[in-house]
Amino acid sequence: MDGRVSFDADPVIDFESPADEDGVHDSFSQLIQEQCHDLHDVIEMTPLDLEEDSRGQITPQPILARNRPLRQEVTSDSSLTDLCVSDDVECLEADSDAPQQTDHLIGERWSSDTLKVLSSMPSRTIGRSRGAIISQYCNRTMQLRRRRQSRPSIQHFPRSARPSIRGYGVETDAAGFEEEENKRDRLVNNLQNLSDSDRVRMLRAMPLSLSEKKELRMLVLNKAEHSVSQNQIPCCSQLKYYIIIALRHGWYGWLSFLSSLQLWQTALKCVGGRFGTGVLSYFIFLRTLLFFNVFLFLVTGLLLVVPQAITHPDQDQNITVRSSWGLEVLTGAGYFSHSLLYYGYYNNQTLQTGHSCSASGNGTSCSSGLSYNMPLVYFFTIGAAFFITCIILVYSMSKSFGQSFRIDKSKGLLAIKVFSSWDFKVIKKSSVRLQRANIGTQLKELVAEVNRQEQKFPVLQRLFRLFIHMLAWIMCLGSTLACVLAVYYFSEHMHGDLRNRTQAASSDPLLKEASLLAVPVVVSSINLLLPGFFNVVAWMEKYDSPSMLNYISISRNLLLKVSVLGVLCYHWLGRVATDPQSLGLECWESFVGQELYRFLLMDFIFMLLDTFFGEFLWRVFSQKALKRKRKPVFDIARNVLELIYGQTLAWLGVLFSPLLPAVQIIKLLFLFYMKKVSLKMNCQASGKPWRACQMTTIFITLLCFPAFLGATVCVTYTMWSITPSAGCGPFRGLKNMFQAGKRWVHRLAAVNPDLHWLASAHSYLVENPLFLFLCAGIFLIMIYFHSQVVDGQRKIIELLQEQIENEGEDKKFLITRLQHIHERKRRVTPRPVKGASEACSYS
Amino acid sequence: MGNKQTIFTDEQLDAYQDCTFFTRKEILRLHGRYHELAPHLVPMDYTNDPDVKVPLALIVNMPELKENPFRNRIVESFSEDGKGNLSFNDFVDMFSVLSEMAPRELKAIYAFKIYDFNVDNYICKEDLEKTLNRLTKEELTPEEVILVCEKAIEEADLDGDNKLSFADFENMISRAPDFLSTFHIRI
Repeated sequence: MDGRVSFDADPVIDFESPADEDGVHDSFSQLIQEQCHDLHDVIEMTPLDLEEDSRGQITPQPILARNRPLRQEVTSDSSLTDLCVSDDVECLEADSDAPQQTDHLIGERWSSDTLKVLSSMPSRTIGRSRGAIISQYCNRTMQLRRRRQSRPSIQHFPRSARPSIRGYGVETDAAGFEEEENKRDRLVNNLQNLSDSDRVRMLRAMPLSLSEKKELRMLVLNKAEHSVSQNQIPCCSQLKYYIIIALRHGWYGWLSFLSSLQLWQTALKCVGGRFGTGVLSYFIFLRTLLFFNVFLFLVTGLLLVVPQAITHPDQDQNITVRSSWGLEVLTGAGYFSHSLLYYGYYNNQTLQTGHSCSASGNGTSCSSGLSYNMPLVYFFTIGAAFFITCIILVYSMSKSFGQSFRIDKSKGLLAIKVFSSWDFKVIKKSSVRLQRANIGTQLKELVAEVNRQEQKFPVLQRLFRLFIHMLAWIMCLGSTLACVLAVYYFSEHMHGDLRNRTQAASSDPLLKEASLLAVPVVVSSINLLLPGFFNVVAWMEKYDSPSMLNYISISRNLLLKVSVLGVLCYHWLGRVATDPQSLGLECWESFVGQELYRFLLMDFIFMLLDTFFGEFLWRVFSQKALKRKRKPVFDIARNVLELIYGQTLAWLGVLFSPLLPAVQIIKLLFLFYMKKVSLKMNCQASGKPWRACQMTTIFITLLCFPAFLGATVCVTYTMWSITPSAGCGPFRGLKNMFQAGKRWVHRLAAVNPDLHWLASAHSYLVENPLFLFLCAGIFLIMIYFHSQVVDGQRKIIELLQEQIENEGEDKKFLITRLQHIHERKRRVTPRPVKGASEACSYS
Repeated sequence: MGNKQTIFTDEQLDAYQDCTFFTRKEILRLHGRYHELAPHLVPMDYTNDPDVKVPLALIVNMPELKENPFRNRIVESFSEDGKGNLSFNDFVDMFSVLSEMAPRELKAIYAFKIYDFNVDNYICKEDLEKTLNRLTKEELTPEEVILVCEKAIEEADLDGDNKLSFADFENMISRAPDFLSTFHIRI
């Protein structure tokens, strides 16, 4: 039963060694092998051995042995008696130690041979690297030295750093000091063969104590001085070293600067600590949206608003500033309608700097100077902003998909949480308390998820529950349908009303403006009230899993919001845009922009009201009137969907009102602080803690799929097939916004015949829908492939996990077989001389 | 390099620099901190490697460690005698391993030592219970603690011996994305 065979092949396996470490590795493989051989010389002290040894052997003489000045060196072929005498001390010393070590390892008493095989199993010995071997070496020397210095009781010694190597713990130090010296020599040699930087890296990464490292370094340096001539370019390498250090410092500084930029970190920590990951995911989502809007705002602001603002609009708008200021802020009309806020203000000229030639609509183009073609820029800015947003969204979606799948499928989450969640950096008392609360909550969530078992109900009850669910769905769908119809007819009515008012010019302008607010108010109140109704229905259904409850609630709310937005889009693009004259509109784009502004603002106001009445007053009411101890629970699903709804409005409106992202940014900033305060005051952590790691994925997906896609479809449709108004905006006089590009290309081709190919390329590539379809197709295929790859990886992970489990079973099986065989052997031949020497040969 | 007197020789500083993840400046600062802990014990002059050890009770009072639930274990794992008395070398070693630059492998080895309360080279249920109690402190009920322990061991234990060997631990840590950033003390 020679375990050596399995060893020599295995230790070289290094799973994580990067390519450049190969050299390092090779030089250590020898050492590792050495160590492995060494392993067989290790004595394994178990109670069984003690029994076996003392049975019919010379009685141990501890006193004699302890008085021996130096431990006798025992080699594997030493005679039996010699071995047992010299080892008695070890037996006694290890006595108190060994049972403790073994008894909770394996409940049964394995024979020493089995243990020997066990201890030499690759999984316990391959050191995924030399680091472990080295540290083991270190520990051995350290122990040796300590024993030589003083001989305290052995059990106080810390065990080796490579704990998985059993056997070393109870090894005899008779292995000899000289051997250690040899090993050190080898280590020094190995180190010396490395290049300077490698040596430093190795030294640093060794799990040795610093004094050991320093000694090793001294030895290496001394040797280097004696043998080889000193390397000639210390100065250069020193310089390189310093440069690398400086670069690294710079990099880390940059990283820490970036991490300090992360918005609301402390606030988020606070929220996460008190309310768990579910609520935290809402706030993180809010922050993500904020970043999206900041990006949009920067793009539109820099490329559209600033250039437009610094050039004077040529036509003088007779702005009649009226006094109804408060209303104007709400409706976005009046003074605001001729401002940078809306599409109508932007002109269709090529802005020139440098030359003062007047560039009228269809261009005597100036030959020099920087030209800024407003329609083109408008078109491409919006297009590029949407494209980049799309890419970011898809990327973050796929990333978070990968993460949630990984987290979802892989085991060991609890253990990871336990061992790697404590942030050692934290030194403030309050933060420590927070961190405690946070980890506690997260662990509870995990445990709750693990603990939730499937409940079985009798058939009748299941039927009843099915009936209840169906009823609930019918109620929800019915109410959604009713609301959608109501919005449809109400908007039609208001449309007609507005038409009448414009035709009868005598009506009060103030009233006219106020009537504009009717549709937003109705829609926002539907958005506010219907989710409440859905909640009541869900309460009736009595879901037992909180995540299930959330999914149901999300899907219902989503349905409502998507259909309402669909009706509104039809209203704007179908009714208003096709027939702007009937409303007396000079610029329907600005009107739609105003509408979107109103909706966004109303949404915000209703959120404020909801926070105040829904959360604050409800809390006061339930605590004072109903005498309930519990505060209400924060409704994550509804709040997130409200955010998504607002973001969809903002995306829809960018085309018509380039500054709408700014409004959204202000709204989100307000919302964050308001919700945080309200949360702290009025809400409490959910009674049933649940893990929300997939929540973020779902939020992002929802943001991407119905929200962003819907907005993109609407905007593309507007650009492609709706005639822009003739009297205002950058695209006046064009058949559709899309033609801006075409006209520019043609103009370029006319000026410069060399660029003729550009025109044809444009007409083939951009105007031909086939190419766009192709692009979209490729994009979709890429997404598909990506998802397939993730899926495949997941399957492979599952298979590997299964394999690991099977291997474990195999191992158990083999160990029991081994034990069985040994026991049988022992029973047949009680104690043959050959067998005994074999049994002792590991000492 | 000291202002008035030399604390270390250049060679010593070079040695420190080669063996740890610190620069000369940081080593000097560390010495300052070490000296602050026990001004009467620790000499300013370290050129001849005095054999001085600062006891655990003083080190644990450093602001960096004071609030850490594992402070005693950290100090004990890095002390040469296992009792928490740190020489300056041990002290530097400790912060070197806990520094930002230390590789995952090295950190994992010492993290394992820290979590192995009873120093038996395995993280067993009792170790895990102690860890959890330190982590959460009355946030979890005893039943929950036991449950978490069982589940965690079940999850991370690959070879089915009902406790975590270093291989198990390392394997688990390799899947923990934020281990590197959390097992880090800024000094």
